[in-house]
Amino acid sequence: MRLSDLPKGATAVVDRVDDAHASDPIAQRLRDLGFVAGEPVRLVAVGPMGADPLLIQIGSTRFALRRNEAARVMVRVEATA
Amino acid sequence: MSADSLRIALVGNPNCGKTALFNQLTGGRQKVANYAGVTVERKEGRFTAPSGRVLQILDLPGTYSFDATSPDEQITRDVLEGNYPGETAPDLIVCVADATNLRLHLRFVLEVKRLGRPIVLALNMMDAARRRGVVIDVPELSRRLGMPVVETVAVKRDGVKALIARVDGEIPDAAPAQPDDAASRADLHAQVRELLAATVTMPRATAELDDALDHWALHPVFGLAILSVVMFLVFQAVYAAGKPMTDLIGDGFGWLGEHATAWMPAGPLQSLIVDGVFGGLGTVIGFLPEILVLFFFILVLEESGYLPRAAFLLDRMMVSVGLTGRSFIPLLSSFACAIPGIMGTRSITDPRDRLATILVAPLMTCSARLPVYALLIGAFIPTRKVLGIFNMQGLVLFALYAAGIVGAMVVAWVMKKLRRDRSEHALLMELPSYRLPKLRDVAIGLWERGMIFLKRLTGIILGLTILMWFLSSFPAPPAGATGPAIDYSAAGYIGRGLQVIFAPLGFNWQISVSLIPAFAARETAVAALATVYAVGGEGAGLQQALAANFSLASALSLLVWFAFAPQCMSTLAVIRRETNSWRNVGISFGYMFVVAYVASFLTYQITSLLT
Repeated sequence: MRLSDLPKGATAVVDRVDDAHASDPIAQRLRDLGFVAGEPVRLVAVGPMGADPLLIQIGSTRFALRRNEAARVMVRVEATA
Repeated sequence: MSADSLRIALVGNPNCGKTALFNQLTGGRQKVANYAGVTVERKEGRFTAPSGRVLQILDLPGTYSFDATSPDEQITRDVLEGNYPGETAPDLIVCVADATNLRLHLRFVLEVKRLGRPIVLALNMMDAARRRGVVIDVPELSRRLGMPVVETVAVKRDGVKALIARVDGEIPDAAPAQPDDAASRADLHAQVRELLAATVTMPRATAELDDALDHWALHPVFGLAILSVVMFLVFQAVYAAGKPMTDLIGDGFGWLGEHATAWMPAGPLQSLIVDGVFGGLGTVIGFLPEILVLFFFILVLEESGYLPRAAFLLDRMMVSVGLTGRSFIPLLSSFACAIPGIMGTRSITDPRDRLATILVAPLMTCSARLPVYALLIGAFIPTRKVLGIFNMQGLVLFALYAAGIVGAMVVAWVMKKLRRDRSEHALLMELPSYRLPKLRDVAIGLWERGMIFLKRLTGIILGLTILMWFLSSFPAPPAGATGPAIDYSAAGYIGRGLQVIFAPLGFNWQISVSLIPAFAARETAVAALATVYAVGGEGAGLQQALAANFSLASALSLLVWFAFAPQCMSTLAVIRRETNSWRNVGISFGYMFVVAYVASFLTYQITSLLT
């Protein structure tokens, strides 16, 4: 599923970041910021208007991503052990 | 490299505490300028190390990656590679990483390492890391990275001793340079994971305090409520603390003027010094306290980590009108004065968003409009109650503020529709840990911004005030003239010429004349009207003179004009400086003139029909 579809408070693991178009700088920046396969992420909070932007916790860092930025990130929700 | 001086570059991710480290190393001995041809800030400082060597330290802009997405990042990369024109490549790179955020920051360290230059890693915020229970095996990290690693606490007085000792010692060997391509870039994350697994143990990913604070600060309801309260308190403080100081400065310059009057023989030179120099300088410097108080709060909010939260809360709203959450702070500053607001847009990394913010910032109701508003509202708007509770005068003032905000939103939205570049521009904003602001960093930041304001403006305003004084004093009225002196001066002729343009807005020639000094500084319009109507001061006398001389329609039209008009000249000068383009000055002057003209025209014509 897409990171933008994750419910608030949920945790998932990054699968990949898709380019929205050829040589997409936003996708590349997301990869540079640590959105790479196997990295756990959590949707911490959402903005007050239209639930946008999203606050994503990755490692020790929190990033605000707009919905269409987060839509580039494909995640897997792992079965809770 | 000479034996007794060493060039050091500080690099690191945004929010790594690099600037605090820089302040700690260099104290007040800093030089802030721009990189040639661009408006990216270049900060350099120096200090003498215990060995007697002079260390020149360059604080490069915070960077996430060398795959640059902003001018700042491009400059960081070019300077480190020695490719930036006019900059010598540094002898040593000090890479700063936040010890509580190593997963992100080590990746950039590895990227810098591939440049193949001598590096020292400063593990910053070690105190915060220890409090969180983060344990780092520093010798092992150093061995694996192949570079010296020094622990620092930038906010503590001797938190940088070890770093100074290290950079003052021998320059470490550099790793061989490696090519930079997408495949090897993806590799960096794997290397970081390996490094972290081998050298770092971390009980939890974030500080409990951050989680608790963000729960409230970013709450859809409470978050917005907290933001409103914070903004309200800041504005109260600006007026409560800044205003008395502003008045004091005004009195001080008045006193200087009086003494100059007593001391100098009457004549053109006395009038130039008293009215031109002291009057003009007093006006500009009078704004300084309010601007400094505002900047103080903005710096405190910035250092504490709250500002990105505010941007988070407001991003969606700002995006819908073509701006970004990051535009919020510059626009907020513009309520004090558009000049610091436009200077503050440097925090917007995206050039397109930055330009949009710069263009609408002058529409925010700055404090210089208040004297004009107060005068006209006092003279023309009755003090009766509306709906039993609202004061009519207050409502008009509120409407004028609202007109500025709504106008800015409409203009930003129209620009968004007009621009050819429809590509998506990212927010991708880090929300750093909350931190207690340090007095030292706030003081240095305040000093820098205050100096920029003074240096940039005193020259421009002084020149303009003198020019205005000259225009309104010469030629002198002929012997036996009856009207006020300005009537016969160049300004009088210009005013009558301008009246041809402004007559459809209901402006008589006196108002048209006052628009000329208002272009230099809005609040001088009050003094200019007082001069042309030959009444002293700004008190009841002037209000009566105005009420007797023009209609309600003209007054409302003039209020609307002041809400939108292309002013002041210093704002346009700052736009020129900050965007490096006369075209943008032309665009902002042009659109504001059209908006102001149309709005005033409609106000005048409609009010004339109704009254």
